[in-house]
Amino acid sequence: MKDKIRKEYLGRGIVTFCGAFIIILTAAIGIFLLVQGTGTFTKFHHTLAEFLFSSRWAPQDNATTGGGSVGAAVYICGSLMTCGLALLFVTPFALGAAVFMTEIAPKAGRSIFQPAVEIFVGIPSVVYGWIGLTVLVPFIRDTFHATMGGYSVLAASIVLAVMMFPTITTVAADAIRSVPSAYRGAAYGIGSTRWQVIYRIVIPAAKSGIYTGIILGLARAFGEALAVAMVIGKTRAFPKDILSPTNNLTAAIASDMGNSASGGEQNMALWSMALLLFLISMFFILLIHLISAKGKQENGK
Amino acid sequence: MNMKKKLLAVIMSVAMIASISACGSTSKSDAAQSQQAQTTDTTAQASGSGTQTSQAAGTDTAATTSTGSISGTVTAAGSSALLPLAQAAAEAFMNDNPDASVVVNGGGSGEGLKQVSQGAVDIGDSDVTAEEKLDADAAKGLTDHQVCTITMAPVVNASLGVTNLTTDQLVSIFTGKTTNWKDVGGPDEAIMLVTRPSSSGTRALFKTWALGGAEEASNKALETDDSGTLLQTVESNPGAIGYVALSYLVNDSKVATVSIDGVAPTLENTYNGTYKVWGYEHMYTKDAGSDAAQAFISYITGDTFSSKIEAMGYGVASKMSSEAVAAHQTTK
Repeated sequence: MKDKIRKEYLGRGIVTFCGAFIIILTAAIGIFLLVQGTGTFTKFHHTLAEFLFSSRWAPQDNATTGGGSVGAAVYICGSLMTCGLALLFVTPFALGAAVFMTEIAPKAGRSIFQPAVEIFVGIPSVVYGWIGLTVLVPFIRDTFHATMGGYSVLAASIVLAVMMFPTITTVAADAIRSVPSAYRGAAYGIGSTRWQVIYRIVIPAAKSGIYTGIILGLARAFGEALAVAMVIGKTRAFPKDILSPTNNLTAAIASDMGNSASGGEQNMALWSMALLLFLISMFFILLIHLISAKGKQENGK
Repeated sequence: MNMKKKLLAVIMSVAMIASISACGSTSKSDAAQSQQAQTTDTTAQASGSGTQTSQAAGTDTAATTSTGSISGTVTAAGSSALLPLAQAAAEAFMNDNPDASVVVNGGGSGEGLKQVSQGAVDIGDSDVTAEEKLDADAAKGLTDHQVCTITMAPVVNASLGVTNLTTDQLVSIFTGKTTNWKDVGGPDEAIMLVTRPSSSGTRALFKTWALGGAEEASNKALETDDSGTLLQTVESNPGAIGYVALSYLVNDSKVATVSIDGVAPTLENTYNGTYKVWGYEHMYTKDAGSDAAQAFISYITGDTFSSKIEAMGYGVASKMSSEAVAAHQTTK
């Protein structure tokens, strides 16, 4: 009996505890954000429409009085714009790299390319931001004569694109590798060229995995604060063009969270922005599940 | 073999648990020890995170007398403008009092005030008064210690050549009405505003005393999280203007300060009341504060440290002339 407890229940107990703990922790963070983030609407009586669509941001920064405005549209727009643009920049490169390292040069891909991409993942975001600040920002200033010293949507998008690259590439490469080789064999058998196999067979078959990679990359970009904050300029205005500075959700939270009065209108509005980020990332995860479920359905037949 | 593996796993997990809970258990055992020593040791326990406390118990009777005999742990957090000074003070204080341990962190004024009112730290550093950031009840329980003054100066790129602006010009520039330096007697160069976040204490001071309460044009300005980044931005852009505390300018020659209405932003002009853009730096303690915290604060405000304060670009609070103090009280 004692032996059975040791052999069976102890391990199971530890694993269950760890698993449950993580789930509880995630739920607790969600609930905490929900409580904090709704203060803007319950305690200070702002409307959701104001928060999402107004660009007037002038919250009161003290513990009790409200009455300011909490329009976060500039930040939301900044986040969407930089991430969208980054996605536009990075997708061709990431997809190209994934195909190259799996289909074109699988041997070199595994031994050289894959580790190189993985190194990218480990580089801390402050390093990306710093390089962006010292190389990219002056470059944009001098090349395009940007008015605000090169701090711009473009700089932020490029930095984000570089940061998304390894995520998308590795996930997409895994998806391409997991396409059964029988597919390729069959395609070659009916006389396809190598490019036709890649383009017509492998990529469509790996579609859901590639989408998952793109969304994971996008989720990382949305949550990135430090690197973006360093190059975006943090000007509270909609950008006139991609060479103008703007601000985004994460950078705005980071710059005011320490100094704003806890429980005050500004602090609460920042929590609402954090909640919004949480909801966006939940939406992305949901999307991944939907896509992979659909992919399974298609491939399963 | 199997047995060995199991043993290894057990050892590993014990080690993990031990290292994870190390912080927690330290404070617990400290608390237990201090209970035994409660009769002599009433100080130095405020944070509960001390590692020095067990040593402190025996020698603690002399805690408030002279230097060299103060023991205990002081934790401080808050204002980043005050951080360099507080850190230098902590180092010097610990040199004089080897038994004492002072840990200073940043985090921002709001965070410092919140933590001290919750009892998470002994001292909350702040650029602004507690009443501005906390609700009335929480602010009432705190004691304000004005440890030094800080003077804010407008700074421009050294190559610009603008050395003086009137208050009207300054307001016009920072509210985004004036957009080219040639309109205020400078070269034909577009003005690039560099500011700080709206919750920043530096920005609040600058707004009140340099801009007459006018709100900066945030939609036309680059915002930087800290004064160091602001300086860097001003250094690398010829048309840039921003503002920092004098403490950031001690070793900086790539930016130039700008006089306001002909008065240069210097410590002397701050002391005699002619230069208006300054404020007190506060260290808040809960009630009177622990003995060790009090000793630390009186060390900072004391005579031995005052030369260091000025060398680092801060102002000594006791040197403020009555005119300067009065000017700030009446208009506020």
